[in-house]
Amino acid sequence: AETLTTVPSAYKVEDKVTPRKDVTTYNNFYEFGLDKADPAALSGDFKPRPWTVAVDGMVAKPQTFDIDALIKAFPVEERIYRMRCVEAWSMVIPWDGFPLAALLDKVEPLGSAKFVAFETIVRPAEMPGQNSLFQSLPWPYVEGLRLDEARHPLTLLAVGLYGETLPNQNGAPIRLVVPWKYGFKGIKSIVRITLTDKQPMNTWQAANPQEYGFYANVNPAVDHPRWSQATERKIGEGGFFGASRHPTLPFNGYADQVASLYSGMDLKANF
Amino acid sequence: MAAASQSLFKRWQPGLIWALYGLGLLPAVWAFYQGATGGLGADPVKSFEKTLGLWALRLLILTLAVTPLRELFRINLIAYRRALGLLCFYYVAFHLTVYMVLDQALDLAVVLQDVLKRPFIMFGMAAFVMLVPLAVTSNRLSIRKLGRNWTLLHRLIYLAAASALLHYALSTKVLSPEQAIYIGLILILLLYRAARPLIPRKRNAKPAPGSQTARVVKQA
Repeated sequence: AETLTTVPSAYKVEDKVTPRKDVTTYNNFYEFGLDKADPAALSGDFKPRPWTVAVDGMVAKPQTFDIDALIKAFPVEERIYRMRCVEAWSMVIPWDGFPLAALLDKVEPLGSAKFVAFETIVRPAEMPGQNSLFQSLPWPYVEGLRLDEARHPLTLLAVGLYGETLPNQNGAPIRLVVPWKYGFKGIKSIVRITLTDKQPMNTWQAANPQEYGFYANVNPAVDHPRWSQATERKIGEGGFFGASRHPTLPFNGYADQVASLYSGMDLKANF
Repeated sequence: MAAASQSLFKRWQPGLIWALYGLGLLPAVWAFYQGATGGLGADPVKSFEKTLGLWALRLLILTLAVTPLRELFRINLIAYRRALGLLCFYYVAFHLTVYMVLDQALDLAVVLQDVLKRPFIMFGMAAFVMLVPLAVTSNRLSIRKLGRNWTLLHRLIYLAAASALLHYALSTKVLSPEQAIYIGLILILLLYRAARPLIPRKRNAKPAPGSQTARVVKQA
């Protein structure tokens, strides 16, 4: 990983940061395998350079960006965010990146655009999970946000963590981070961003619509059908005996900044 | 020659059974040691919980395999079945204990809610509850006292296995190939029981003298 030049940011939670070792060895990235250790162990062949991201759809200026040009085009901020996985564990991660809104401004979304759709790369030769007899999910992995969610200042395109370019297992070279939503919304290794007027389908909702919705806002009051979302285990907190359950906060603690996006909406129906 | 080695095997049997208990408990001891010394990765509690559950499944499969091995391949491991079954029960008990104590930090209200609300937890708990009477009656006195009812009671293992299978299948977001293998094995072993009356075969080989089955048959 290469060192990134970053500028300070006001978006930092006070929580204790998860050790780098845990952030980079405990990952859900099914393109590399189902076990949490698989992405770190099996992503060695993945080549995050050269890389381009196409931004198209309902925009005035569709463009394809080179990753290194992109990193130079915007000041890269260090932001410390909480990350809450739908599996009821959490981390606190120092991301390096720039707001998605800044990139959207470059392509000038049309008035008709209401949603943003994202797509992960398909590269079976470098991603064992896309190459095995058994395929866990249909590829490419896709995600989506409402345009106002995408434009929210908290919504980040991360190109690094801990001050260095993203390790392959964390979604190199560029990934989405939406800290008030469950981790699966944070689509990794993005190659395409498309502005659209229709609500995009996301991979997990397509796989199991009873269990995963489009919004996937962190919500302790709406349980996953198979487990409670009321509490979480903090990764890296300690061994067997130091670890304990912590209450999960609405919108993962970002309610003050984002709850207004959903005023009047039934969050139990729109989970 | 074969007979001689068999009788030698017989002579060593009590020792081998105790060795099986010791060997069977090693994975739990090793995982606990690793967890307590920081060797189980970023989420040691989950990892420990999962390891114990997996070993319970493996031992369940071995326990259920004893009968078909004897009937189809003339491999008689009946003398070790009680140890395998009890080891399976111990692992289920460890698994449950870790879930309650280390994972849920003894918040019994949450555990109770989990059990009542979530099929995934419900099936796991049901399997444990069904295994308790089997473990309690896995001694010679119970076999003698219960007679024919002992055999009937111990058929609960099939229901417990089905319940464990559902618990395991529901434990992840997508079914992994590893899960598919375990689930397939349990299904085959359960289907074997269902199909057994339909399979035409020679009257079973005489049960080995002194084995549990022999005793039950004598009692009956």
